Amino acid sequence: MTTISKTSNVPAPRSAPEGTPLLEVRDLHVEFHTRDGVAKAVNGVSYSVNAGETLAVLGESGSGKSVTAQAIMGILDMPPGKIPHGEILFQGQDLLKLPAEDFRKIRGQKIAMIFQDALSSLNPVHTVGAQLGEMFRVHRGMSKKDATAKAVELMDRVKIPAAKARVGDYPHQFSGGMRQRIMIAMAMALEPDLIIADEPTTALDVTVQAQVMDLLAELQREMNMGLILITHDLGVVADVADKIAVMYGGRIVENAPVHEIYKRPAHPYTRGLLDSIPRLDQKGQELYAIKGLPPNLLNIPSGCAFNPRCPKAQDICRTDVPVLHQVTERDGSELPGRGSACHFWKEQIHG
Amino acid sequence: MAEPTGNAPEREPILQVRNLVKHFPLTQGILFKKQVGAVKAVDGISFDLYRGETLGIVGESGCGKSTVAKLLMNLERATAGEVFYKGQDITKLSGRALKTVRRNIQMVFQDPYTSLNPRMTVGDIIGEPFEIHPEVAPKGDRRRKVQELLDVVGLNPEYINRYPHQFSGGQRQRIGIARGLALNPEIIICDEPVSALDVSVQAQVINLMGKLQDEFDLSYVFIAHDLSIVRHISDRVGVMYLGKMAEIGSDAEIYEHPTHPYTQALLSAVPVPDPEVREARERIILTGDVPSPANPPSGCRFRTRCWKAEEKCATEEPLLAIPTRFKSVNTPAAHESACHFAEEKAVLAV
Amino acid sequence: MRETTTVGDELTDTKTAGAPSTSGTVGNTPGKKAKKEREASLWSDAVSDLRRNPIFLIGSALVLLLVVLSAVPQWFTPDSPFTAGACQLQDSLKKPSADHWFGFDVQGCDVYTRTVWAARNSIIVGIVTTALVIVVGGALGLLAGWVGGLVDSLLSRFTEIFFAIPLLLGGMLIMSGLGKGNAWTVSIVLATLGWPQIFRIMRSSVLQNKNNDYVVAARALGAGTWRITMRHILPNAIAPVIVVGAISLGVYIGAEAALSYLGIGVQPPGISWGLMVSDASVRWLQAPHVLLFPAAALSITVLAFIMVGDAVRDALDPKLR
Repeated sequence: MTTISKTSNVPAPRSAPEGTPLLEVRDLHVEFHTRDGVAKAVNGVSYSVNAGETLAVLGESGSGKSVTAQAIMGILDMPPGKIPHGEILFQGQDLLKLPAEDFRKIRGQKIAMIFQDALSSLNPVHTVGAQLGEMFRVHRGMSKKDATAKAVELMDRVKIPAAKARVGDYPHQFSGGMRQRIMIAMAMALEPDLIIADEPTTALDVTVQAQVMDLLAELQREMNMGLILITHDLGVVADVADKIAVMYGGRIVENAPVHEIYKRPAHPYTRGLLDSIPRLDQKGQELYAIKGLPPNLLNIPSGCAFNPRCPKAQDICRTDVPVLHQVTERDGSELPGRGSACHFWKEQIHG
Repeated sequence: MAEPTGNAPEREPILQVRNLVKHFPLTQGILFKKQVGAVKAVDGISFDLYRGETLGIVGESGCGKSTVAKLLMNLERATAGEVFYKGQDITKLSGRALKTVRRNIQMVFQDPYTSLNPRMTVGDIIGEPFEIHPEVAPKGDRRRKVQELLDVVGLNPEYINRYPHQFSGGQRQRIGIARGLALNPEIIICDEPVSALDVSVQAQVINLMGKLQDEFDLSYVFIAHDLSIVRHISDRVGVMYLGKMAEIGSDAEIYEHPTHPYTQALLSAVPVPDPEVREARERIILTGDVPSPANPPSGCRFRTRCWKAEEKCATEEPLLAIPTRFKSVNTPAAHESACHFAEEKAVLAV
Repeated sequence: MRETTTVGDELTDTKTAGAPSTSGTVGNTPGKKAKKEREASLWSDAVSDLRRNPIFLIGSALVLLLVVLSAVPQWFTPDSPFTAGACQLQDSLKKPSADHWFGFDVQGCDVYTRTVWAARNSIIVGIVTTALVIVVGGALGLLAGWVGGLVDSLLSRFTEIFFAIPLLLGGMLIMSGLGKGNAWTVSIVLATLGWPQIFRIMRSSVLQNKNNDYVVAARALGAGTWRITMRHILPNAIAPVIVVGAISLGVYIGAEAALSYLGIGVQPPGISWGLMVSDASVRWLQAPHVLLFPAAALSITVLAFIMVGDAVRDALDPKLR
């Protein structure tokens, strides 16, 4: 097994990570206080993104992937949300300790977010031109005329045909794919350093998905932005990400460069996910199905959150929470960027 | 219609769909409405469904696939065309005769959250078919039947008194399937049955549906936008675009030997969860969006996004048939495809 | 329920996935907590919410008191205002005392006795009007929403005509034309003017519910119109109607008082808070207590119903949680 040579195929981060990463989340916890108790949505998540790099955060509903992003964006509903612990370092600065006003400025100008549902994220009573232009008027103090010109430029940039003619149209007059482009244009408007895209193509048709993902990747390359791509779709991840963080029950269960994870997952959950999706290019027999249900965040299983569904679970899995182990080759050489929160990661990857 | 390839000739179709059309009128006016146009949701579709098989229907949003489901269920009245169930045209039925047919054709819905009445217990939901068709199960027997059904779909029979919101999405979908099975139907129409579920739960439900098909000799019409899932479960696949069937054939014919440019583009756009396969294959990225079904393009409906389009495509509508060039050749490319310039193009690296 | 939470799908899914996953893998272990879980539904959540809501508790206690008061006023006062010699002119406008807490009015009648007995007319008007409004407006709304098409168009336009008439102004007009009024005629007149509100709520509620997949599923099973309406549409559409009904009950009681005050509602010898206020209004500077007690009773009654309606509305609206 000379898989080491394969790891060199992993696309290197597009800009060298010198010093501090663009964004670093450290041991983030988020909980929601509901009538039924405390829902622990995020339980100690750490990840980082460099400029020009794409991190895919993969998880099912309830895994905490979106809540983490909302915490970074400062758009958590608090209450019921609460961040009892953790740091979100953006260019070395802890966003959680910043005064609200400064946080808001960073959020508007340096970090932008793209949502799944473009129609409900755009204001239906304003033209797209006005909404795009507003970014420049508020943050750059431009005149109305200049802002509109900028809006047209942006729409051109995200390849909306006849941008000049359509700048006065309302969101509902655009198709789903075009609306998502407008969302992207809005996110790009102030040339942010980091973009968080939460399931940006889930609501779109396959043929349009490809267009939008390509556009996003192209703009990211051009502007050397960091991109956090939140998704449940292993296929989308494979297409654009540099590295992957798999989340389950509010924790990261596996970290890996994108090529590696498909070839040799080091966590039983990742393995199960990969096996449970049907392949387009081959006709399978019965699908592998992860038994059971995602955990109840009000009552996360003790030990490893995945243990009730795990085919390999042992006693230790029910008692001890596994830390994110550094994954190594059989001979002990470190696999860069790989981690697995499984007590039996060795058996999983090498067994 | 030519006998679809890839099927043993002795098999009798259980459902025959012929030139099915559904136009939704666009109206104006407050009290007396006048028609100002029509959304051509389904515009002349024909296919057969054989006993015990799964026919997948794929297409993007707005292609009319969900309307097809409603027409097959007779939940919408067809504007024109026929649906023959065992030789009887069910689109013209009503009243008692329709009710009898409904026993044999059932449906599983997309959204497990809206397809179960929140005010009814699981027992009432799964038992409702028996109340509507009392001849199927005598009164004293119903509770036991409901518990049996719960067991069949992998739910604890003791859950009979619970309410839908106490279940997760996957479990609710199982309840929906149990309701569909209650009357012991021959055909189940599945409209995106797993697209609202989490990846790990999708596999459970897909496997369940496969198991039930064998157990009860069911025929499925499986409507979905996810091509991977459709391939996994289907014996034959039809590709729809803007109210028309673009291509239909066995799963291998469609996935490995597609001849319609739309099918090829669709297949090439699907993200494959394997970076190496992805790098090896060619991607066709279509430009633009699907045109409005209220005002579809003339001739071939795909021509506005097609890289092969020529003048002929704008004037002459291509018919769904085995392309002439493949007719006399024994090749998997010889299946029905509605394109003037049908040619094989392997888009999946296999 | 799923769409309403703004926290993001993570949290909402914990709610839906919550119950079953505590009992382990699908369909394996019997739910140990089944008993506790059964209680959790929209209504039972609302009930547990209401139990902790002081506004609801106070409001419903008052409503209960008023209903008992109007059903059996003799439990609360030994005298009846209708017996001969109940009022003695020599007691006219006497101030409240230990024996007669509310004092006497200009005719020398005990204000406490009359205030207690007047509750009956108010409650009758409130309940009868609301019941009529819900039955008429609800049935027509159901019809319009469910049948749709021309029936809906005709009914909706017809309703809009009624909707355009202000409740009090219309009530004054009709009542003054009718001349002699009592609690029942007032109820019918108010209901005639009030049903469009319920009609509109019912109609939109039905429209919202009738395209739900579970209704389509019932149709696919071959269920008839009656079954679909009774089992699927009505139970899901009725909640907002009940809430608005409770709030407008208070409004109708207020409207009755206003009509009686103007002399075109309940007529003497009938007793109504509106009438009492009207009688007292001439001399309210000399004898404020004659005005104060019936007016306060009226305000508290209206308030009580509105409090209950409001609390129920909040409890049934998951968005406000």
